[in-house]
Amino acid sequence: MAYSEKARNHYTNELTSIRGAGLFKEERHIKSPQSSRIKVEYPPGQPSKEVINLCANNYLGLSSHPEVVAAAHRGLDSHGYGMSSVRFICGTQDIHNQLEKKLSEFLETEDTVLFPSCMEANAGLFEVVLDKDDAMIADRLVHASIVDGMRLCKAQLYNYKHLNMAHLEEKLQETQGCRFRMIITDGVFSMDGDIAPLDKICGLADKYDAMVTVDDSHSTGFVGDRGKGTHEYCGVLGRIDAITTTLGKALGGAAGGCVSGRKEIVELCRQRARPYLFSNTVPPVVIAASIRVIDLISRSTERRNKLEKNTKYFREKMTQAGFDIRPGVHAIVPVMLYNAKLAQDVSRDLYEEGVYAIGFFFPVVPQGQARIRVQISADHEREHLDKAIAAFAKVGAKYNILGKKKDEIIAAYGT
Amino acid sequence: MADDIRQLIVDYVRKEYLDEDSDQEITADTKLISGGIVDSFSMVSLKLFLEKKFLIKIPDEKATPEAFDSVNNIINLLKELVPSVKE
Repeated sequence: MAYSEKARNHYTNELTSIRGAGLFKEERHIKSPQSSRIKVEYPPGQPSKEVINLCANNYLGLSSHPEVVAAAHRGLDSHGYGMSSVRFICGTQDIHNQLEKKLSEFLETEDTVLFPSCMEANAGLFEVVLDKDDAMIADRLVHASIVDGMRLCKAQLYNYKHLNMAHLEEKLQETQGCRFRMIITDGVFSMDGDIAPLDKICGLADKYDAMVTVDDSHSTGFVGDRGKGTHEYCGVLGRIDAITTTLGKALGGAAGGCVSGRKEIVELCRQRARPYLFSNTVPPVVIAASIRVIDLISRSTERRNKLEKNTKYFREKMTQAGFDIRPGVHAIVPVMLYNAKLAQDVSRDLYEEGVYAIGFFFPVVPQGQARIRVQISADHEREHLDKAIAAFAKVGAKYNILGKKKDEIIAAYGT
Repeated sequence: MADDIRQLIVDYVRKEYLDEDSDQEITADTKLISGGIVDSFSMVSLKLFLEKKFLIKIPDEKATPEAFDSVNNIINLLKELVPSVKE
């Protein structure tokens, strides 16, 4: 038998060691549409429980929005369920190109090409536009999909300390001999909510003749006055050479991603990006709903304004309650706990209080930086936030961490 | 000989991986990868530095997290790859 006992034992041991390290990921069954309040069956077999959801990327609350769902229904009726093809054989419908055009208009870029996900956009982009004579210079905390994409590319890989412009400049000086340089960053970093200083990055790119790629997955739709993303927030519209982003977070949250930017880069992706060439087209139902999403957020900034207001309120109240909140303005709000077990315990107790928020710890975040990552949504009403803050305060009091600084929490719990 | 190189790499690690205001101490025994100072992605800077400094190519199979886990481990790796590196 090809699947030998030796192989089975090896994989079993691997799984055991993942469990032993406390890194085993379990899925929880959600028994309702995605929303600010969801019904969760956890532990498995227990009756469903309604909890306030603080861990979805549903920033604009559009995942189950009636107009988005209705557009999906219409798209299903008019364009069918699947295409049974990649884009360039017989998988491109009129609506695929319509959405690409709308995304270019919204992001204020020259052109856009859809990918099955942003993960695949990041996996495909770099090897298409850079070669062994070139250099990729990335922030050290870029998303794993960018790291994978860079590993598939023959260009030399450099990285700089997180958000550190002096270090980036050193790397740009170090790579002057390369044909092309590409600075690569997340627009917003998913674990911290930090916003990349794209104005400074574009300044350095101009000074050293480098291109800029930004993964704006945690920004598109709500960061910036009109929600266009970090390039709007930082005042560099039109200066980013390639934006990769997702339809799977704020923009309805279903699936799909894109590369949007300089038209030659986008066209080269259509011709050569392997995840684009060899993956199925994004399903028509997702495309139809995404068109509606772009229309909704282009017409009104109401939802991103509400998200901004919710975020400000939550950050202020949690700080007043005595939590150590990583400063910032983004809807990702890291509640710093520093100790992995403490983060897990607080997450478990919050769930008991009817609040669903997840603890993150090494290796997902650096050692000694464990936290609860809260994600605010425009779908949250004030009462949801107040209830969540009260639950945090109750649990925080239990562990005696309210009003405590980093050093005091570490002194009590270790890292 | 190795002591000079040890100091050179310690200095590089400090400059390349720690923030200017960091009070973290780096010695030749400090755990770099398993200690969370250098991750597998940022390890590439260290590899490139060693390759340029010693005019070598470190094969992928030798550029393991274990081989880069401390400056002393790196010295052991260099002893294998660079004839002039000796205690």
